[in-house]
Amino acid sequence: MNTTLDVGFKKLETEKEDKVAIIDYNLGNLFSVYHACASLGYNPKITNQKADVIDADYLILPGVGAFGDAMDTLKRLDLVAPIKEYIATGKPFLGVCLGLQLLFTESEEFGNHKGLNIVEGVVHKFPSIDKMGNILKVPQIEWNQIFLTDKTKWEKSPLNCCKNGDFMYFVHSYYVLPSNKSVVLSTTTYGLEYCSSIISNNIFACQFHPEKSGQHGIEIYKSFFGQNVHAL
Amino acid sequence: MDKEVNKEYKSGSLSKGGFRGLTKRIIPCLDIKDGRTVKGTNFVNLRDAGDAVELGALYAQQGADELVFLDITATIEKRKTLSKLVNRIAHHINIPFTVGGGISSVDDVSVLLQNGADKISINTSAFKNPQLISDLASEFGSQCVVLAIDARQEEDGEWYVYLNGGRTKTNKICFDWAKHGVMLGAGEILLTSMNHDGTKQGFAIDLTKQLAENLPVPVIASGGGGTMQHFVDVFENGKADAALAASIFHFKEIAIPELKTFLKAKNINVRL
Repeated sequence: MNTTLDVGFKKLETEKEDKVAIIDYNLGNLFSVYHACASLGYNPKITNQKADVIDADYLILPGVGAFGDAMDTLKRLDLVAPIKEYIATGKPFLGVCLGLQLLFTESEEFGNHKGLNIVEGVVHKFPSIDKMGNILKVPQIEWNQIFLTDKTKWEKSPLNCCKNGDFMYFVHSYYVLPSNKSVVLSTTTYGLEYCSSIISNNIFACQFHPEKSGQHGIEIYKSFFGQNVHAL
Repeated sequence: MDKEVNKEYKSGSLSKGGFRGLTKRIIPCLDIKDGRTVKGTNFVNLRDAGDAVELGALYAQQGADELVFLDITATIEKRKTLSKLVNRIAHHINIPFTVGGGISSVDDVSVLLQNGADKISINTSAFKNPQLISDLASEFGSQCVVLAIDARQEEDGEWYVYLNGGRTKTNKICFDWAKHGVMLGAGEILLTSMNHDGTKQGFAIDLTKQLAENLPVPVIASGGGGTMQHFVDVFENGKADAALAASIFHFKEIAIPELKTFLKAKNINVRL
């Protein structure tokens, strides 16, 4: 399916030539991700074609919705192997929200589902009550803060434009629990303290939506695109 | 997480700029008629308040946490106009926004979400066809279904649900309808007190509190915000998760940065 978005952007003077692919698997916030890229001068392609995924200079996996459905769709579209192949090349990869969770080994969402297993770990549901015994409203739909785990790592990541404690916009019911803590780039507290973004070589993925997080969020995209593709 | 960080958490150095906890949201509402923002008193006497997209972009820049666009003249012929407007809004706004007005089917919602809306708000159509709430929740998720309720307190002291932009009274009690709506899958309640709307005399504290304390979803209080203290009251006493206002922002009586700074000083957790 070729999504027909009426985006009607005025051409920016600093139009970028790099190929940006946004994976379209019928789930999610494609418009706002597209808009964030376009506002920075890119002309992203919303696609479900293997060739586009592999040939991209920057690959973005967005998504809001159910883990199981998403994996089923990626398999049906035969995109699992191309995503892995792309990541193996070392070119920059961005996962947003469900696009972060799908990287993991498995999710407990509506029964167990296997994920892409690119990052070892599991996806859990938020508890319905917090440690203090208060009811936790799930999904979390709000602006919440991200806190760094390691300053050096942070400064080398696309979050280098953010301050420790900046607010980002979150909409989710599940959170990731990486087996290897060294991939945790930021943490956030909602009922419990959890991993809100990861970095692992060329993979950067966040639970929050930078494209909906105001100017700070757009800066994250800018920083993501600032990574030199050819140097990797 | 490594020990170094844990130490920092304990010393509090990581909480600079705000403590960890839920933030209260400030939501400007743009009532739209033919692409222009309008505002009336007690749902009548509409005044022009400027271009909807320009205002929305300004609010986003000023630190609004979300925006609500309500097409108050939505009819079948105009629905196309609404999706075009939503598309235009989405090009200029990088914070979450909700769209409402004349939405009565899964297809309507699909079009609006494809054009960039994050959430949709339903009111009369949901009351007349509650199944719509469950259909939307299962199709798009509860997080994008906002149930808007216009309520008026009558002489018997009860809050009744009104439909059609406040023109039609029902016999349904506001709390009962809100509870039912949440059970069906509404992810948020946008509660407007018709008694307070446009008066600038403060929000409906008791009603807001009743809903906010008894429903497992966020409650957005609307109607009556006139001073910065009114917002403090609705968060502290009304337990609202978010507060929505229109004319005080449109006519520049209160600026969003000023309001948020004020709330912060009153120990209310907001995004600054």
